Amino acid sequence: MQPAATSPVIEFLDVSYRVADTQVLSGFNLQVYGGETLVLLGRSGSGKTTSLKLVNRLLTPTSGDIRVKGLSNKDADLIRLRRGIGYVIQDVGLFPHFTIERNIGLVPKIEGWPEERIRVRVQELLQTVGLEPGIASRYPHQLSGGQRQRVGVARALAADPEILLMDEPFGALDPLTRDELQREFLLLQQRLHKTVVFVTHDLREALRLGSRIALMEAGRLVTVLAPEDFLRSTDPLAAAYIRAFGEGLESAANRGTS
Amino acid sequence: MNVFRFMLHNHEQVLELTLEHLRLVGFSTLLAMLIGIPLGIGIAHWPRFNKPVLATANIIQTIPSLALFGFLLPVPWLGARADRLAILALTLYALLPIIRNTYTGIRGVDAAVVEAARGMGLTESQLLFQVELPLAVSVILSGVRVAVVISVGLATIAAAIGAGGLGEFIFRGLAMVDDRVILAGAIPAALLALLADFGVGWLERRLQPR
Repeated sequence: MQPAATSPVIEFLDVSYRVADTQVLSGFNLQVYGGETLVLLGRSGSGKTTSLKLVNRLLTPTSGDIRVKGLSNKDADLIRLRRGIGYVIQDVGLFPHFTIERNIGLVPKIEGWPEERIRVRVQELLQTVGLEPGIASRYPHQLSGGQRQRVGVARALAADPEILLMDEPFGALDPLTRDELQREFLLLQQRLHKTVVFVTHDLREALRLGSRIALMEAGRLVTVLAPEDFLRSTDPLAAAYIRAFGEGLESAANRGTS
Repeated sequence: MNVFRFMLHNHEQVLELTLEHLRLVGFSTLLAMLIGIPLGIGIAHWPRFNKPVLATANIIQTIPSLALFGFLLPVPWLGARADRLAILALTLYALLPIIRNTYTGIRGVDAAVVEAARGMGLTESQLLFQVELPLAVSVILSGVRVAVVISVGLATIAAAIGAGGLGEFIFRGLAMVDDRVILAGAIPAALLALLADFGVGWLERRLQPR
């Protein structure tokens, strides 16, 4: 998939993370390359969200190291590191007391961009994520769930970060809205070529959006596969996922014929 | 209405004592906010200190007011002037609702909002001043409102140690067994409490985040 010569944008080096008596992550090694969408797939508690939060240092590893653009996370300036990484979470976390414009423009503002440039950027981003310009003056509570997550994505893209971390961003949306946002994510990614780490427990979403799928279980990385290889994989866990997702459709289809 | 005739007749003194009363309540509330809000913010961020701080404020609250005034009397600089002492005692009483509401308000900010703010690279002070405090402000003010209303009532007792305020009328009336004099202190005090309740309540609604 990725040209072997380029160095990874994000690199997990033998990372472990434990909290109290629970080993959340152990011996985790993974490289994420420029412009790819790496999906972390696994069930709840498998350590995928933890891995994500280690990248922007919302969490600090117990041992091992994470390098972002070649620089160890330990040596990086925390605030600079985070401002260079877009972060999108399932609950969106829009600021309820800010208009949509202020929500999207917050990082540019604290980075000291001039007002006019922020305004233009916000309009540009609203268009990018498929929202009408008039929405800029509204407040988050006046928006639907799908619109809110579009704003969440726009906010993450505001200062044009090279890296995007997405933690089940479409998990709380209804299936049709989710489908819409997934489709738009693919179109967006074709244009922007961000380095994306995407967390999900939905195999369908992983297959659709990922250029590679990292399968996780109980704090360990099981395997990393391209979507087409995932479907052919003989790995028992991968096979179990395919069975679980296939069964829903099959049983529905069978019910229709019998 | 004898009371009102009495108040009208002594309107200068009513006004003077009301202003004194306001001064006691105003200073003590201001002090309590200056101490209580930072303390509340502190224990919201370092939950380890939450129990001891709230417990201390709670214990202070349980000391009978007259006894607290008495306890503080022998303290050197403080005991020298009754109004200083009264302001300190009132401040101590006002602390609990202010600390507790600040703590509750900040802890009540949606965890996803805080996580998003940290994740996008806000510094801790940007997080506090741009996100947490604006979202907690109406809860904090409702604590201030409780504190003010309590203080207006408690400040009448400050007259017992000679700190002035509308309690002067109340104690004098009690001594003289004259309802008119008692009411000349009690009615303005009640009105002050209502007014403060309304005023801070109005501010609270104005600043309510959407």
